[in-house]
Amino acid sequence: MGSLYSRRVFVNRFNLAMSLLTMAFGLAFLFWILTTLFLAGFHAFSTDLFTQMTPPPGSKGGLLNAIVGSLLMAAAGTLIGTPVGIFAGIYLAEYGSRGWLAPCTRFINDILLSAPSIVIGLFIYEVFVFKVGHFSAWAGSLALALIVIPVVIRTPENMLRLVPDSLREAAVALGTPQWKVIVMVTLRSVRAGIITGVLLAVARISGETAPLLFTALNNQFWSVDLNAPMANLPVVIFQFAMSPYADWQTLAWAGSLLITIAVLALNVIARTLFRQAAPK
Amino acid sequence: MPDPKHSGALLQDVVFRWIARAFAFLVLAILLAIIVSLIYGSLPAMQRFGFGFLVDSEWNPVTEKFGALVPIVGTLVTSTIALVIGVPVSFGIALFLTELSPPWLKRPLGTAIELLAAIPSIIYGMWGLFVLAPLFADHVQPWLIHTIGAAPIIGALFKGPPQGIGVFTAGFVLAIMVIPFIASVVRDVFEVVPPVLKESAYGIGCTTWEVVRNIVLPYTRVGVIGAIMLGLGRALGETMAVTFLIGNAHQLSASILAPGNSIASALANEFTEAVGDVYTSALIQLGLILFVITFVVLALAKLLLLQLAKGEGRRT
Repeated sequence: MGSLYSRRVFVNRFNLAMSLLTMAFGLAFLFWILTTLFLAGFHAFSTDLFTQMTPPPGSKGGLLNAIVGSLLMAAAGTLIGTPVGIFAGIYLAEYGSRGWLAPCTRFINDILLSAPSIVIGLFIYEVFVFKVGHFSAWAGSLALALIVIPVVIRTPENMLRLVPDSLREAAVALGTPQWKVIVMVTLRSVRAGIITGVLLAVARISGETAPLLFTALNNQFWSVDLNAPMANLPVVIFQFAMSPYADWQTLAWAGSLLITIAVLALNVIARTLFRQAAPK
Repeated sequence: MPDPKHSGALLQDVVFRWIARAFAFLVLAILLAIIVSLIYGSLPAMQRFGFGFLVDSEWNPVTEKFGALVPIVGTLVTSTIALVIGVPVSFGIALFLTELSPPWLKRPLGTAIELLAAIPSIIYGMWGLFVLAPLFADHVQPWLIHTIGAAPIIGALFKGPPQGIGVFTAGFVLAIMVIPFIASVVRDVFEVVPPVLKESAYGIGCTTWEVVRNIVLPYTRVGVIGAIMLGLGRALGETMAVTFLIGNAHQLSASILAPGNSIASALANEFTEAVGDVYTSALIQLGLILFVITFVVLALAKLLLLQLAKGEGRRT
């Protein structure tokens, strides 16, 4: 009796200890990556970073054109992708109880959510860049928009389903047309949820590199022309980090730190907002 | 005869519904367009190489002789390494979050793990290249070569010089990247287990581990497999981190310490520099292969998770 019991206790303790270790393993990497970023990126922070263009190797410079390019393309991608995502989400939640389209879209959307982003880049290259004949920031924004859509669709859908039907019925009983019920009543009650989804989508695309490689390409100079190749932080980081020049690598660390701070901040804000907005 | 105001409202309703419907349809159309354009783009390579493309290991832009074997194998091997390391760790984390963690720690710890998923791929790549790879080259890989590398059969996997970058390092970083995805889904499926079942098992004197092993796992088996497939789908398509770390060498090697190539990193490295229709088309066909593989894996994952959700509805 004693040996069986102590064996069970031992197995239990051992496995639970392993579980604790795996948790520590996961957290350790999070802290390791973040400390590395802060240590390596922080001393590269200076006013030059935000006022100078990306330099040729060996001279001083900053990341201004890449920062602005990233902001522009993220904004354009979000502006294109968000309406599509919200309308599709409305369809799934409000009209999607019958028919084949809603379950099909839901299924495909979940797959697109995890689909390799580099394939999205290939797709935009083929249908846009190749046809137009040159790389451009529009192509980059379109590629980012395709990544935004599946992220945005999920939140309105999930949130709209939580809206009590009595709210809809109350509005319908007043003689409100259905589209007005959706836009003025249900959509309004989940506004914070939708903002959460959009913030998460922005966080997701701020670090995306692969879809920009063959769409927006890169640009060493200042450019805000959306019809031309545009510098952007991820591709600049890729190019600079893979280079053998120490000053380029330092800039790459600074850029990485910028992106990570932005992405983590967006995530934390989105989560806080979501917790406050979620119907109790 | 309905009054004009009423029929106007009806029309608005119909128009609104059709707009929403069109956007939902757009999602399907995007998927179709991706598949069609990839197939169209890879036609020249398909005509030239046929099915031999899948099993040929030569990749020579100069002679325009292309085979996808090396990147396909590289993609599969790095993803396998990622799962071998990542699955047990994710399982442990999910176990900790659902059964062991004090309630007040659950949310912060869960968020921390999910933040690991928010860090962009390129950051993992850079960190891996500058921090992890040198560490692996100096300490981890020599140790692996001396211990496991000396063993028969399995030792062949750990031969060769410790270079730091290579298939193993890429797979290891991939493991860290998929852990948050697998762990958070496994945690969610663990939480659907009805408390009554667990309490009954505790009531007859089971230890925590026995409850997990004999109650939670059998109940959620389908969901756990779905979570693993989801992680696999992520690992297969990861681009930037692998591009930094895999070494980008078009060669097959028995050792997982050697450099190799994956589909996604071949695309990232070569696509903008590819000249000529055949080269471009061969790369697009690589993209098609990657998309088809990840599509199947992700679809299976989704179906398994749906099945668990359906079962939950029936049982409760």
